[in-house]
Amino acid sequence: MKPNPHTVKDELLSALPKKSARKRAEQIVVNERRPDGSVPEIKANVRTTPGAITQRGCTYAGCKGVVIGPTRDILSITHGPIGCGFYSWLTRRNQTRPEGPEDANYIPYCLSTDMQDEQIVFGGEKKLRAAIEEAYELFHPKAIAIFSTCPVGLIGDDVHAVARDMKEKLGINVFGFSCEGYKGVSQSAGHHIANNQLFKHVVGTNETPRPEKFKINLLGEYNIGGDAFVIEDLFERCGITLVSTFSGNSTYDAFANSHMADLNAVMCHRSINYVAEMMEKKFGIPWIKVNFVGAEGTAKSLRHIAQYFNDAELSERVEKVISDEMTDVLKTQFAVRARCEGKTAMLFVGGSRAHHYQTLFAEMGMKTVAAGYEFGHRDDYEGRRVLPTVKVDADSRNIEELHVTPDDTRYLPRRGPDELVQLEAAGLDVAGYQGMMPEMEEGALVIDDLYHFEMERLLDIYKPDIFCAGVKEKYAVQKAGIPCKQLHSYDYGGPYAGFRGAINFYNEIDRMVNTRIWQYVQAPWETEEELEVEEIAS
Amino acid sequence: MLLRHTTADVMERSALTINPAKTCQPIGALYAALGVHNCLPHSHGSQGCCAYHRSTLTRHYKEPVMAGSSSFTEGSAVFGGQANLLQAITNMFAMYNPDIIAVHTTCLSETIGDDLVQIISKAREEGKVPPGKHVIHANTPSYIGSHVTGFSNMVKGIVTYLAENSGRKRNQVNIIPGWVEPSDMREVRRLSRAMGVNCNIFPDTSDVMDAPQTGRHEFYPRGGAPIEEIRHSGDSRSTLALGPTASEAAALKLEEKCEVRSEVLELPIGLVATDRFINALRHRSGIRVPGFITDERGRLVDMIADMHQYFYRKRVALFGDPDQLVSLTEFLVTLDMRPVYIVTGTPGKRFETRIREALGDSVPEAQIRQGPQADMFLLHQMIKKEGVDLLIGNTYGKYIARDEDIPFVRFGFPILDRVGHSYFPTVAYMGAMRLAEKILSAVMDRQDRNAPEESFELTM
Repeated sequence: MKPNPHTVKDELLSALPKKSARKRAEQIVVNERRPDGSVPEIKANVRTTPGAITQRGCTYAGCKGVVIGPTRDILSITHGPIGCGFYSWLTRRNQTRPEGPEDANYIPYCLSTDMQDEQIVFGGEKKLRAAIEEAYELFHPKAIAIFSTCPVGLIGDDVHAVARDMKEKLGINVFGFSCEGYKGVSQSAGHHIANNQLFKHVVGTNETPRPEKFKINLLGEYNIGGDAFVIEDLFERCGITLVSTFSGNSTYDAFANSHMADLNAVMCHRSINYVAEMMEKKFGIPWIKVNFVGAEGTAKSLRHIAQYFNDAELSERVEKVISDEMTDVLKTQFAVRARCEGKTAMLFVGGSRAHHYQTLFAEMGMKTVAAGYEFGHRDDYEGRRVLPTVKVDADSRNIEELHVTPDDTRYLPRRGPDELVQLEAAGLDVAGYQGMMPEMEEGALVIDDLYHFEMERLLDIYKPDIFCAGVKEKYAVQKAGIPCKQLHSYDYGGPYAGFRGAINFYNEIDRMVNTRIWQYVQAPWETEEELEVEEIAS
Repeated sequence: MLLRHTTADVMERSALTINPAKTCQPIGALYAALGVHNCLPHSHGSQGCCAYHRSTLTRHYKEPVMAGSSSFTEGSAVFGGQANLLQAITNMFAMYNPDIIAVHTTCLSETIGDDLVQIISKAREEGKVPPGKHVIHANTPSYIGSHVTGFSNMVKGIVTYLAENSGRKRNQVNIIPGWVEPSDMREVRRLSRAMGVNCNIFPDTSDVMDAPQTGRHEFYPRGGAPIEEIRHSGDSRSTLALGPTASEAAALKLEEKCEVRSEVLELPIGLVATDRFINALRHRSGIRVPGFITDERGRLVDMIADMHQYFYRKRVALFGDPDQLVSLTEFLVTLDMRPVYIVTGTPGKRFETRIREALGDSVPEAQIRQGPQADMFLLHQMIKKEGVDLLIGNTYGKYIARDEDIPFVRFGFPILDRVGHSYFPTVAYMGAMRLAEKILSAVMDRQDRNAPEESFELTM
């Protein structure tokens, strides 16, 4: 029998003390789609109640780990005790491919000031300066990024002053991030801080002109498991020039030159929309939301890019690529549907993935019965239409909001107001994102910042065929006899983006929901009522 | 090349650590707390600490790792984390019903100066701790020591809060197994029992971090040292602490608090260290060593003797944690291998002396590096200067091994890319056989790979 989501919601809230339960209730919503396209309000981007056992990480993780980390030639130095640098060392699977054997690739390196009690007492700036100089001597990078961990803010080290001095002294770009872990309520604050500093210190610092015709940046694609490689290949075959990717298989120079693009295509809205907005304001580059997860989404995204450039040849090439790829996609879809159709999935992950991956499941005939983000905001759930009504609380107010104005000399609207109206009329949602909930089924549960307690109840009540989350949840789910797909690390597989990625994903999910191992969980003798002693013939 | 910027020339560094051979205290405290039955570890700091520690331990064990966080925000960083911890205690008892919450601090709460003793007593006064339940803590500032220090501090914290001397001695021996794998703890228990020692082992992560698949997720798995037994550790006849860096502090605390005499041994990794362990057990129970243990030892010696040519004089680089490195060094010497580079990021006074003792006069060229800037970058540089035949260490070693094309044996923490460590011990004689087998496989696979066709051997 189908569980009643309203009853389930009550049950999820039952264990919490009253006051916490009241607050929590606003983060658990039963989806419904109203005639005007709106969905119920959900509370998001708010504090996790202490002790809840959350999926969330911290601001440092969002800043260093997510946004800046994947760029191979920015030398990252963590300023703090050793742990933060250690845990963010190579653990996010951001693949990168330096052009030649001599080109810089710092991703396999973990650099830290390894702060000791002496620095906690007397300050850590001196050690930070020395560390930057040593790093420069050893690596001679183009740019050095400094990441603040929790104690840095407390003891009052001014990483930005150190960065300024070092920039002058070394003659390379050095910039700092005030991304102490306690800021904000999740990784999300770190994304914002990373976006701000990239925009302030890197974007627009390289004026090399780009002569190509169809120039775009891909924003919010981190090349986990090689996703960006798949998308790069698609662009190349379509004749679309990728100026930069923020940030997967990315380089410092490409960031610096990114204002030469004519369109920003945004994958992960949550982590990078700030850069898109700021580039629009400063340079006049419009942005559109794309989704290269799922074959349908990939086709649609390529078509939207072509539509933006309004060029018949480009559209023709795009259609050719799509039709070339779709043959294999449909073949695999057909094969896996026979085994996966009608099965159910739950997705609790990230700030975009819980949305994007629903489309892949839908393509396999699988249904998403519950989903939520780890660090999403209301606009990621309900769409950007709610932005004017989002309340900015104290935790968000602490994160700097850059005031951006059109650049005196470089602001050049890529599309005039009339053209934008035309594009909108033709169905291109410029600077828009509809969010996850309008695309989810009626009656599906939407839960923000899922607590472990709730996860266990959901598994018990719904018994989904697959659960998607991160590594901290994976083995708890699997102990319950339900396969769990990690959608941060892809379980060390992938790529899952683009058409080829979709095929990989179909096959992977088919493998997981149909594996025979779950049949063997019970030992044969555990189901026997009574033991019959057999006479063994002598 | 993966580590393409690493050169053979060593530049003196005073401030920068590159590719650390250690991590921070709280993760060790979390792991130690998992070795107590029905215990929910708790990280008093920002959410990221807890997320990172749980993720790393989960990747190492492929098991659920449950722990709470005080979820500090900017407000808590300014005003202190008391309100967060009090709320966390209420929420955790309500949602997860542990018997005990083991709180460890972080660099954040330590820098703020949160007084855990005071906050916990406030929680008690306000009735936030249900009757019969416990909240304990350990101070684990990330800017002192390493993950091993954190483990040691939590084990000491467990003793401080729970051990009691009732005045009635129990005929039992405490064994503090050190930071080893669940498989190792299980092996220590097996051998102690076989040696007639009524052992009280804590912490004990067996049946916690290697729980079987049953189709049900047990939030608190069957294993872990029961609180009652830890309480009785104050009545034990003596304590055997394995691995001074990880276990000595708790043993000394037991001496001081409950007057339980203690002896500290090196981890029983390798032939000779295991001999000492078995001897120590023998002296406690007074029984003869059962034949099957002597047989296990004999099989190990036999295996080494049979395969000695593949070990002999091979140069080995190793990195990891002090207790493991000391015993491993001794074992490598037993095998007539040459541990030439030994690196740990964990500080501590006696490390070099212990390593020198383990080496004896056998490898005069051995270079030992410890503490600040004793990292894997330096180790790699040493290897580039003069190569080795084998690298032993945690998963991060695979980058060096691939670049330098060196056979690699995974040993230590964390191991993120292979399984086995949680299931098969490396302690005691059987564990030494497993280590020797791993070393042989690595070295002999290399010989097979490199051999010219005419000298490719069928039998080795």
